[in-house]
Amino acid sequence: MTTQFFGDTAVLTRRSLRHITRSFDTIITTAITPIAMMLLFVYVLGGAIETGTDSYVTYLLPGILIITIASGIAYTAYRLFQDMTSGIFDRFHSMPIARSSVLWAHVVTSVVANLVSIVVVVVVALIMGFRSGAGVLGWLAVAGILILFTLALTWMAVIPGLTAKTVDGASAFSYPLIFLPFISSAFVPTETMPGPVRWFAENQPVTSIVNAIRALFAGTPVGADLWVALAWCVAILVVAYLFAMAVYRRKLA
Amino acid sequence: MTGSAVHVSGLEKSYKDLQVLRGVDFDVARGSIFALLGSNGAGKTTIVKILATLLKADAGTAGVNGFDVASQPADVRQSISLTGQFAAVDEILTGRENLVLVARLRHLANPAAIADDLLDRFALTEAATRPVSTYSGGMRRRLDIAMSLIGSPPVIFLDEPTTGLDPQGRLEVWQAVRELAAAGTTVLLTTQYLDEAEQLADRIAILHDGRIIVDGTLAELKALLPPAKVEYVEKQPTLEDVFLALVGSDNEDEK
Repeated sequence: MTTQFFGDTAVLTRRSLRHITRSFDTIITTAITPIAMMLLFVYVLGGAIETGTDSYVTYLLPGILIITIASGIAYTAYRLFQDMTSGIFDRFHSMPIARSSVLWAHVVTSVVANLVSIVVVVVVALIMGFRSGAGVLGWLAVAGILILFTLALTWMAVIPGLTAKTVDGASAFSYPLIFLPFISSAFVPTETMPGPVRWFAENQPVTSIVNAIRALFAGTPVGADLWVALAWCVAILVVAYLFAMAVYRRKLA
Repeated sequence: MTGSAVHVSGLEKSYKDLQVLRGVDFDVARGSIFALLGSNGAGKTTIVKILATLLKADAGTAGVNGFDVASQPADVRQSISLTGQFAAVDEILTGRENLVLVARLRHLANPAAIADDLLDRFALTEAATRPVSTYSGGMRRRLDIAMSLIGSPPVIFLDEPTTGLDPQGRLEVWQAVRELAAAGTTVLLTTQYLDEAEQLADRIAILHDGRIIVDGTLAELKALLPPAKVEYVEKQPTLEDVFLALVGSDNEDEK
């Protein structure tokens, strides 16, 4: 059964990856908004922002990567929604395959697609002057955090993908997620924010994730932020997974 | 039960307060074409979904190929193919890739050869490398049915196979269904078109208000009404005859 699960997931993942390579615009659209924001903040607003670092693009990149993932998972929900409405989801479920592989294929595809977008954004950042003192281990740690965060948001995206009534509904959930980094340490240090906003900014998941990635990129000690970031990612992942599976099971009742 | 490919008894299903099925009973003989006839919302799709293990019934039993849908779903899935109400094909993949995908998921040896054979049988070889999004409605349905044949499942469910097709596409699908039955496959199809049931089915059941109100061969159903009167009526060509005579000569639909 397990070998069948992996085999079926591989076949179905290859299918949805083809969707991405044949509509490469989804990767471009995913990457273009964060890149535009990065250009805007570095070359227009950045000169007036005091972060206490010499390179604003270096300060900014972690938050931009979070925005990249938050907008990328909208396509995960979209692709799942398309499968639900086209009836191909039912077709797969009426076949003698490991049923859960239908969802997992979308999850794996989401991670791959987001990693490609992230690489595109990082390359643009490097051109714009982003520099990192991180070694191989540091980069691997950053990749690990980003993959974990992508997985967490992907399972969140599965929920509207399964339940939405319209295409717009399937992807609308990502807008607040894209907005969340603005009220965090991603663009400006939280010290300048007024009381309640600062409290929110310092205690929401994006700040700890951004701070952890920023420290890893700089090659400085990460400290407690790393554990807080990992705890947030795992917690979101577990809750979103359980909720998504509950929705999925109800669909098949 | 041994003789029938599909056995349904006392099937009930409600969505919230709406009772869709109120005790449905019917049997489908092996190798026959069985039409479930009913208006929109009569519950035809619900029955098909229960038989295809996509929905659970509230009460009653359903068996496919001798396996119970509730307790042996994996065996049922091994025995069936479902062609849903909308052609469930992958629009972005090519026709050939769709067939290879299903062959791989059924763990068959040599998916490429299976795909080529089916493309040929369903007159899709020329369109094989085009994305399905460029196909006409009839071609899409043909591909859909071809995908259902992979692995030669003994029972095939066709849920409203011709809804939304033009007359030519409808004839193509009818032809495909007849070939299936000729090869010994049991076909359960749902339809809201009376002439479709009349054309294809060995046995017809009419689903109304959540129950099967009549179940029999076409001759048996006709016998339920007063005997035919003899009247002389000049036979005019129907608009369908005219349409098909004008455009129907080339069966390869290039749109």
